[in-house]
Amino acid sequence: MFELRLNRPSSVQFSGAMASTAKDAQDLFSAMRSAYSKTPTRLKIIDVYVIYGLITALIQVVYMAMVGTFPFNAFLSGVLSCIGTSVLGVCLRIQVNPENKEFKDLSPERAFADFVLCNLVLHLVIMNFLG
Amino acid sequence: MAEGGPLGLLVFATIFVLIGVLAFSIRLFSVIKYESIIHEFDPYFNYRVTQYLTKAGIYEFWNWFDDRTWYPLGRVIGGTVYPGLTLTAGTMWWVAQAINIPLSVETVCVFTAPVFSAFASWATFLLTKEVKGTGAGLTAAVLLAMVPSYISRSVAGSYDNEAVAIFALVLTFYLYVKTLNTGSLFYATLNSLAYFYMTCSWGGYTFIINLIPIHVLLCLVTGRYSSRLYIAFAPLVVLGTLLAALVPVVGFNAVMTSEHFAAFLVFVILHVVALERYIRRTLDEATYRMAFTVVVAIGTTGAVVLVGILIALVAASPTKGWSGRSLSLLDPTYASKYIPIIASVSEHQPPTWPSYFMDINILAFLAPAGIIACFRPLTDSSTFIILYMITSVYFSGVMVRLMLVLAPAACIVGGIALSAAFETLTRSIKYAPTAPPALLLPAEKEEASSSGATPGSSAATSSKEKAKEASTGKARETGKEKPAKRKQRKEKEATDKLIAGKEAPEEKLALLPVEASAVGIVLLIMLTSFYVVHCVWAAAEAYSAPSIVLTSRTEDGVHVFDDFREAYAWLNHNTHEDDKVASWWDYGYQTTAMANRTVIVDNNTWNNTHIATVGMAMSSPEKAAWDIYRSLDVKYVFVVFGGLVGYPSDDINKFLWMVRIGGGVFPHIKEPDYLRDGQYRIDSQATQTMLNSLMYKLSYYRFAEATMDGKGYDRVRRTEIGKKQFRLTHFEEVFTSHHWMVRIYKLKEQKNKVRGKIKRKSKASKSKASSTTKRSASKGRSQK
Repeated sequence: MFELRLNRPSSVQFSGAMASTAKDAQDLFSAMRSAYSKTPTRLKIIDVYVIYGLITALIQVVYMAMVGTFPFNAFLSGVLSCIGTSVLGVCLRIQVNPENKEFKDLSPERAFADFVLCNLVLHLVIMNFLG
Repeated sequence: MAEGGPLGLLVFATIFVLIGVLAFSIRLFSVIKYESIIHEFDPYFNYRVTQYLTKAGIYEFWNWFDDRTWYPLGRVIGGTVYPGLTLTAGTMWWVAQAINIPLSVETVCVFTAPVFSAFASWATFLLTKEVKGTGAGLTAAVLLAMVPSYISRSVAGSYDNEAVAIFALVLTFYLYVKTLNTGSLFYATLNSLAYFYMTCSWGGYTFIINLIPIHVLLCLVTGRYSSRLYIAFAPLVVLGTLLAALVPVVGFNAVMTSEHFAAFLVFVILHVVALERYIRRTLDEATYRMAFTVVVAIGTTGAVVLVGILIALVAASPTKGWSGRSLSLLDPTYASKYIPIIASVSEHQPPTWPSYFMDINILAFLAPAGIIACFRPLTDSSTFIILYMITSVYFSGVMVRLMLVLAPAACIVGGIALSAAFETLTRSIKYAPTAPPALLLPAEKEEASSSGATPGSSAATSSKEKAKEASTGKARETGKEKPAKRKQRKEKEATDKLIAGKEAPEEKLALLPVEASAVGIVLLIMLTSFYVVHCVWAAAEAYSAPSIVLTSRTEDGVHVFDDFREAYAWLNHNTHEDDKVASWWDYGYQTTAMANRTVIVDNNTWNNTHIATVGMAMSSPEKAAWDIYRSLDVKYVFVVFGGLVGYPSDDINKFLWMVRIGGGVFPHIKEPDYLRDGQYRIDSQATQTMLNSLMYKLSYYRFAEATMDGKGYDRVRRTEIGKKQFRLTHFEEVFTSHHWMVRIYKLKEQKNKVRGKIKRKSKASKSKASSTTKRSASKGRSQK
């Protein structure tokens, strides 16, 4: 991002760039937050669920880095189950989002039923693979 | 299909069922011409495993350690076999037993392939319907039911992985395209389960898990990202990886080998793109642009770091993480340089140009037309088909065995092309306007004429339909009444009923003159009838041979060579159950399945050194070979010899691989020792090493006496043999089959050697005594 601000005098450039990018980052944050607050509550719940899954996956990876990979199948099934549920949560969000014109004739109940079915298969596999 | 009304639905259902029946019946030639037996080599192993499964149950099968092969190493069957085929056949057998239909395991195994080829044709219909519509679907299904390349690996009796795997492949692709078109998570789940079935069945599942990411990447790059793409791909990666890791053969390779990295890479890229789209939707333009620069800066540094780690990990392994077989696909010269075993398998050679015409016939030139038809219009699913076609053409050019993967792709695009051609021609006839052809070209005049003629159009269309019936009547008289042509006509009527539903937009498209269309239809029907004739011929003559029973035509009729089963039955009845039998690896599976004896090496070829040991033994002189076989506890050795009857696939012709593979591991076997002027010869010009090798001796022992003129003329090599009269010192012949095709030898007992040692010992003691006396004498003399 520093390379893009080429039209400033060089001596003040660095601190000026830092200040402007900090301000930009703050602007960005507030813009994101205000835009995000407009999303419906049920989508926000799904988002929280997805982020929870990802954080759990991250914790498992950090734990694996600390204690080693044995037993590897347990690690794989744990991480992939978290990532899998997050992915499925994102899929549910896509299908339930009223802004998505492609899915306007898909009832949210049907979307949720598909979500549950896919999660069922995922967790069956996980339990088998967990060893 | 509903547009045609109930009659259209009935016609469609009839065609659909008939396609399945056709696919099943065309593969029965081998049962009719020979008998209901298992063919070739690999199917015997699968048959043995299925027998074990049905007898011992699934838990025993899953944990089975087989000590009857690769003696003394054994083989973990549960962990090294793709269980899909055996579990499928085992389930079918169990279901039949449960409803009291007494089918033997052999019958179920023999007929598994035809049944699943019917399913594969139906799956091809479904896949092509998703891409282009019902007409193209039915055409593609008919083409796949008959295509010789698929028939060659799925005749009744060819009980191999591909019988089930092609069905699983097409089903997985169908469910992927269906998910892509509908965006339904239900189909995404089914897609993952179908991928699991494919992973269970065949090693070619890596094709799927690399093709789908390439397609997703193509969609992302060409700006076709949609949320349906995300739903189609992201759950597949996660669920698919987990399901693939469940199969013991794959295990942790699902996350550790390079064959799967494409999926993970595209998974990450897809998420990046999805996130970018989401942010662009929520933010306004200016803030989005700023966010873009921030993210790009952070993202590129993070990505560079990650990619650097990945490259370092991959570069650390000598094969860059790819398995030997995959590397030989990417670099066709790899196998011949480094892994002679992979290079020696005949199925792994590149195909010749004529084999394309033999195996996919008219599809070879219909395929480019189909690829062009896929571009109009270009949808996500048609890009997938184009990509599938191109990649499978490349891989089929590397290995003849992969022509099988090309077959469904060629049938799909060929079906699309044929269906589009038929549609254009029949539409031209159906909507040929009553006005002269000059009015056809300007679109607005055509609209005016068609709208003006609407009151009379019903009369016009009925007269045009009569003209069409006349042309089809012509076709009926010119051609022969083959079921395929009846089907083509029915399918044409079905497409016409489809067209009838959407009259108005069709009027705007260009039409060909009526006579040209009629001639075109006749020619297309003749083309497809040539295809049918070729496919039936290929199925009957070329691909039905069981290769364990050979036939030849003589003046008295058909002469049958059943030597292999004769030899295996002899082994089964005349040797002890624990005796070990050594031969070249080609016959390992058949020996364990039919003769029920422990073998040293078999077709699995997982241990190169063990095979090289047998190769070294076959290339060494008698004494050295006896020592090697003795160290492996071998009791019987057999060779396959075709010189008396002219059977070309015998062990002498395979001898060069024994030398090369043996020489690859044991450097004292040098190939030039066996060559004269760069060729392997067994006549008087052969080298001494060749004439002394065990393979030569075991093949030609007493051969000169057996031939009528005593000269020992080898019908395969077309010369007289070099050394005609010789005796075997360490082996004795115990069985030679009727046409001398299988010759079994027993290792002579060790007591000859021991007796010799005792003799030498006594000689040595005698000489010692004499030497001591001599010494004392000389001592005496020197002392003097």
